[in-house]
This record gives sequence, structure tokens and C-alpha cells, in this order.
Amino acid sequence: MEISKGIWRTLIIGMATFTALPIIAVFSYVFVPAPEVWAHLFDTVLVDYISNTLWLMLGVSVGVLLIGIPAAWLMSMCDFPAQRFFEWALLLPLAMPAYIIAYTYTGMLDFAGPVQSLIRSLTGWGYGDYWFPKVRSLGGAITMLSLVLFPYVYLLARAAFLEQSICVLEVSRTLGANRWQSFFRVALPLARPAVITGLSLALMETVADFGTVQYFGVSTFTTGIFRTWFGLGDHAAASQLAALLMTLVLVLILLELWSRQRARYHHTSSKYSRIPKYQLKGWWAIGAFLVCALPLALGFIIPVAQLVYWGISTAHLTLDSSFWELVLNSLILAALAALSALILALILGYGKRINPDPMVKTATRIAALGYAIPGTVIAIGVLIPLAWLDTQLNILAKYVWGTSVGLIFSGSLLTLLYAYNVRFLAVSLQTVEAGLGKIKPTIDNAGRSLGLGSVGVLRYLHLPLMKGTLLTALLLVFVDVLKELPATLILRPFNFNTLAVKAYELASDERLAEAGLPALMIVAAGILPVILLSRSIATSRAGTSSS
Amino acid sequence: MSQLSLQNIVIQYGQQVVIHDVSLQVEHGQIGCLLGPSGCGKTTLLRAIAGFEAVTSGQIALGDTIISSPQIHIPPEKRQIGMVFQDYALFPHLTIANNISFGIRQLSKVAQTKRIEQLLELVNLSGYQKRYPHELSGGQQQRIALARALAPKPKLMLLDEPFGSQDVELREILAREVRDILKQEQTTAILVTHDQHEAFAMADEIGVLKAGRLQQWDNPYHLYHRPANAFVAEFIGQGVLIAGEVLDNYTVQTAVGVVSGSLPVGATPHMPLQVLIRPDDIRLVAKAERKAVVISRVFRGAEYLYTLQLSDQKTTILALAPSHQQYEIGETVYFELDMQHLVLVP
Repeated sequence: MEISKGIWRTLIIGMATFTALPIIAVFSYVFVPAPEVWAHLFDTVLVDYISNTLWLMLGVSVGVLLIGIPAAWLMSMCDFPAQRFFEWALLLPLAMPAYIIAYTYTGMLDFAGPVQSLIRSLTGWGYGDYWFPKVRSLGGAITMLSLVLFPYVYLLARAAFLEQSICVLEVSRTLGANRWQSFFRVALPLARPAVITGLSLALMETVADFGTVQYFGVSTFTTGIFRTWFGLGDHAAASQLAALLMTLVLVLILLELWSRQRARYHHTSSKYSRIPKYQLKGWWAIGAFLVCALPLALGFIIPVAQLVYWGISTAHLTLDSSFWELVLNSLILAALAALSALILALILGYGKRINPDPMVKTATRIAALGYAIPGTVIAIGVLIPLAWLDTQLNILAKYVWGTSVGLIFSGSLLTLLYAYNVRFLAVSLQTVEAGLGKIKPTIDNAGRSLGLGSVGVLRYLHLPLMKGTLLTALLLVFVDVLKELPATLILRPFNFNTLAVKAYELASDERLAEAGLPALMIVAAGILPVILLSRSIATSRAGTSSS
Repeated sequence: MSQLSLQNIVIQYGQQVVIHDVSLQVEHGQIGCLLGPSGCGKTTLLRAIAGFEAVTSGQIALGDTIISSPQIHIPPEKRQIGMVFQDYALFPHLTIANNISFGIRQLSKVAQTKRIEQLLELVNLSGYQKRYPHELSGGQQQRIALARALAPKPKLMLLDEPFGSQDVELREILAREVRDILKQEQTTAILVTHDQHEAFAMADEIGVLKAGRLQQWDNPYHLYHRPANAFVAEFIGQGVLIAGEVLDNYTVQTAVGVVSGSLPVGATPHMPLQVLIRPDDIRLVAKAERKAVVISRVFRGAEYLYTLQLSDQKTTILALAPSHQQYEIGETVYFELDMQHLVLVP
């Protein structure tokens, strides 16, 4: 079968438009005046949204840098007990969605929770006799987000440290700088672009967070958009808030792009020598161990233990047919989204490979923009055009049949799948593009000269060669969809629940223990991509003794 | 009728013309070669024949079918042209048998099996059906790539630097092997290379390309002994061009003395020309009229290649001598001219 280049082009540009539509829809509202609502928002909550969001970003930045960089440095340069274990285990907090860790710590640290109960029973104090940090606060949100987002910084900083030639550090030593000075004056500045990339990824997740801040009652942009859309029913104002948030995200995207480009100039060597690891002993070894063990324990082990306890203790309540329906709903939804994102990614990636003109390249880049855009924003961006479409359909139906047909698109699973594809297409596209990049172009030419058309090359050569890649792309989107909360919450059909939504609802009803089981399943699924990630790191690194 | 014919091919990327007005013909069963330094456009031309590049003007015909012209572009998979790539491009996920049968999927299983056996025997790799490409050596992979391309009995075979990744010593042997296989299958072929030894070992006719222009399309003997211009003269074989001046209809005065032969039409007395002096035109002898000084020498195993400076103190020529006949640098040597083909270029 032969599809001409023109058709591939049209297909790709069509898809890019399709995925960019929600973003365009949100921005189009910037020009719809909504002065009364703005005045109201400005007088009441807007200042809160802005200041809370900025404080959250600042706090999380400090948090992830303080946890991520020391761990990355110790891991690349030193040798201490259990170091090999921490190497991959420090990625585990990535499997923990922020809203789940938020419920868990609330349950543990609230007045009625086990920790405060223990303090009271040990000391005999009563309510108000002692000070205890409030979990459900801005500070709490910062802590929760830092605990699960630091692996971004850890991962990229560690890669950067490993890529640095040991020579530059040795040169710095011969020029009279000691180990600490070498770190601050040479290694850290060299790793700065990578650290900034990691930080901007963590911050994108921070501004996209809805579950944590909503649960903690911290008003930020995401909760504000949600409240304005549903509470006030003001779509124009909600869209304008969304546009404002997206501008903030755009700054983060530019920061990431800029730092990735800078990173090219910070490569010190293309040859890697084995880094002679510094053997830590005594108190130093214990210190290094704690620097790695504390974030792991707080960000993963303790909350998982708590979830397991809750899950087991409430299993008799939660494990019924409705729970399995929940699981099935989530799995089917995630599988459908993963599959459709993979198909889109294949068309985009392969289309770009055979037709790499500037227009197509721009189109694929636009199609992948959604990864940075908060689920809340995408949800309303999807609702705007589909609601319009529904209205038009009903006008048409009234005209033709004299009766309305109701809402066809909004509130259907199709809407939800659309939003997931906009949000997660970048994940599968990136994976597919990496996989295609490993196939030599002469393989395509050989296939063509042996009688295959462009679709045949994809079908008989690329797909079998990329089996592993395709599975990875499916898995990554699958897990992302399983964890996704705000878009699902906003767009799901009436009475349609998923694990994430159920956990959110139970937690909001203060039935934290019952939220344990669905939350645990999400975390368990989230571990899969972490394993994949640590495997790919283990096989691709340079400069360490194991190979 | 020629099996392959290119007429006035021009290929342009935007404003940049990469192939200028190239025409050539290859007869059925012949092996042609596009030879030239890197960046001369030879691979672009090959890709245009295969259908991976469009032509800006001119036309390419295979037999009596036009396969490329500004109006017509038959896609590569419909051209029945086989191709062997520099990196072989064997499909890593398929066995050798499945690689070879890839282009003959439409045949019956029995016919496929038979053709695979026949081709494996031809390339001297019988019994390799079940292996995978990564289990084979570079030379074996190359022969499988050839077998795969031959399987559908293509009307034309294209080979893109097929020996580029092999050891230099092996290339000529492999080129001979591939030539024998192609001849046995009576396949018309075009080879692209920058290595003249490879071209000589394999091709019946060779085209020398420079900056997108075909300098000469001829058989190897003529390329060597009757180069069309100074570029071909210097690119093919070894030798130096030295200045000369026409004396009369048969003789030219040069720094090595008077040389004679048939002069190009229109040569008039006192016209300046260049004369190609190849190392095999110079015979070093014990005593002769002509003499020169050795200024450098390179050991070549069986022989030494000497660079000699003539008595005018500026012209240098090359000479070969058996390695047991040694001369030191600075030594004066005597030589005779043994020029059977006088090569003159304007």
C-alpha cells in the first residue's frame, strides 16, 4: 500500500491541529472580556492564587534541589553502604502521585493520627497543649511535592555528574581546590543545565498539581480554575485563568529548552574514564546513607507501608464487586488511551521520518506540547470545542428532526480519551521517535527497493524491529493515565469512576483508610515505568565500574 | 536497446545543482561504475536511478520504460531495481532465509525455498538459512545483501560503495567475487565507489564524476590510456602532467625531452599542451641520455616509487623500480622513455 507524501503531510498537520485545539480554545478566551468576574476574582482570590502558586514553586524548587543534588553527587562520586540499592531505589518516589502521598501523611500526622496519638499517650498532653506542624498547609504541600518530585533533579544531575570527565575534577584538585571546593566551583556549575532541566520538569508537575493543593485547601491556579468553571460557572474567567497558568508553563518550557541547549556546551569530554569512587567510612558513610535513605523512606517506604496497612484493614469494606468494576474501568480506559496515543505517535513519528520538512517538524512539536500543560487546563480546553460542537449538533437536530439529541461528545468517554491523548501524546511520541532513530535509514531504502510501500516499511520492518519500544510507549502512557486525576475528575461521564477518582473522593470524605486500596494499586502500577527507567539507565551509563 | 539509459539528467536541491546534465548507457549484462571523489554526486545519481531522488530534468529509462523524468516518478518499490547498501541494511529481526525471501514474498513457499538455496549456493553460503545477520561476518553479510537484492531477479542492480567497510586488502578480491556472481546471474549493474582499484576489478565501463559532471564514460583501458581531460588523467592511476610545446604534427617538446605520438586534431606548432607521464612510462637504466635526481622514495613491497627531479630543477616525475634495485635520495639516475600511449591534455 502506498500513501503519498502529501497525504502523510496532511495527516500530520491535521493531528497537530487536533491536539493543539484545546490549547488554542483556552487562549481564544483571552479576548473575551469578562470584567465583572475579573474584578471579583482580583478582589478576592486572584492574589492568593498567584502568591500561593509562586510560593509553592519556590518552596518545591528549594526542596527538590536540596534533596536531589546531594544524593546525585554522593551516588556518582562516593562509595558507601547500600549505594547500589539507592541508585535505583531513589527513583521510586516517582511512582507515588503527590495527591496520594498527601492523603497518607494527613492520615498519619493529623490530630487523630497515630503519631500525635502516640505523643499524647506518652506525655499525657491534651488538645492544644503542644505545637505540631499542620500538614494541610502550604508548607505541607511543598513538602509533599518535594518528596515525590526530587527524583527529576536527582536523575538529571546524576547523569550530568557521570558524564563529566573526571579530568576536570582532577585538574581542579591540582590547581589547589579541595573536594568540596571542586564540587562547588567545577562540578556543580558544569551540571547546572541538567539541574535546571530537572527542576523545570519538577516545576511543571508542581503547577499542574491539583489533588494535593485541593485536598490541603491551598488555593492555586489549578484549584481556582476548577472552582471558577464549576463553582461560579464562569467559563470565560476560568479560561482566562487557564491562559494565565499556561503562560507560566510556557516560561517553564522555554527554560527547559534553553537549559537542554546549554547542556550541549557543557560536555567536557566524549571519552569517559572510570570515576575512582571515594570510599566513605564511619560518620561520613552514615551521613551519606541518611542523605539517601531519608528521602526514600519519607517519599516512598513510609507512605506505602501506611497504604498497605490501610488497604488490609479495610479490605473487607472495599473489596466488593464495585471495586473490581473500578479496576476494570481504570484498566480499560488506560489501555484505550495508551493504544490511541501509540497509534497517533506512530503516524506522527513515521510521517516525520519520511517527510522531514519544516512544516511537519513544527507540527509534531506542537502535537507534543500537551505534556507540560496541567490536566485541569486541558480538560476545559477539550470541553470548550466539544461543547460548541454539541450545541451546533443540537441546533441542527432541532432543525432537521424537531428534537434535540442531547450531549453527544461532552461527558462521554471519547472526551476523556481526547484529553488523555492531548496530555500524554508527547510521552509515546518521544519513545517512538527514539525507537525509530535507532533504525538505520538504509533499512527503509532496502525495504523500498524490495517492493514495499511506505506503509509496508512501517508494517513489516519498523513495527517488528521496535516491539520493545512500542511496549514501553504503551506502558508509560498506561501508567500516566492511571495516575491522572484532574482531567479525569472533570471529564468523566456521570457515575463513571476510576481508581484515582475514587481515591480522591474517599479522601475528600475523610475516609482515608478506605482510599488506601485504590491508592496502593495506582502506586503499584507506577512502579513499572520506574523499573524500566532504572534498567535503561543501568545499560546506558558511562564512567562507572559496572558495565 | 540499452538496459539503462540516462539522458541529460539534472538534479537540483532548491537552487543548488548537484548533478549537471549527465548522460550514459549501460548494455544488458554489463557492469557500470560511477567513480569519483566524495561529494562528486555519484551517490545522488545512484539514488536517482533507484527512485529515492527526483530528477529536475532529463530522463532515466530502464529497457524501454521511462522510470524517472520531471513528470514521471515510479516509486522505488515498483522499479524492479535491486540495491546493495554500504552498511548492507540486512533486516536484523529476520533470518537469512527470510531476508533473502523478502523481495519474493509473492512466490509460492516451494519456489521461495528453491530460490533461497540457489542464491546461497551462488554466494557460497549454503546452509546459512536459519542464521541471523548478527551471527555473520562483514563479508558474509555483504554476500547475503547481494543475494537478497538478486532474489527478485531485478532488471538492474545498484551497489553503493559495497566494499567500503571492508579491509583494503580484501576489497579487490571481494569485487572480483561479486563481479563473478553478477555475471553468472547476467545482471546489469551499477556500482558507486571512490576506489579506482575496486572499479577496475569489477566494472566493464566506468564514468568519472567531478562536481556533478560526468567527465568521461569509457572502459578502464581507455580511461587509463586515453583520459579525456586533466582531471581524469590525474584521478585515474598515477602520473604527473608536465608542460609541453608542440613542435610539429608528431612531436612535443617537454622537460623530459622530445616525445612523439599522434597529436590531437587542431594542434599547431608552438601550442602549449600538458603531457601525462605515468610511472610505467619511465624505465630506470644504468646509463642513458636522460637523467634526474631522486628527491623521495616510497617502499611499495615489490617495488619502490621514486619521485625524480629533472635537470630543469623544477619538474618532477614519478618512476617505479623493483625493490632490489635501490637508489638513495640525492642520487642521480638515468632513465629512458617508454611511452606507448602519448596522453596530451590541453
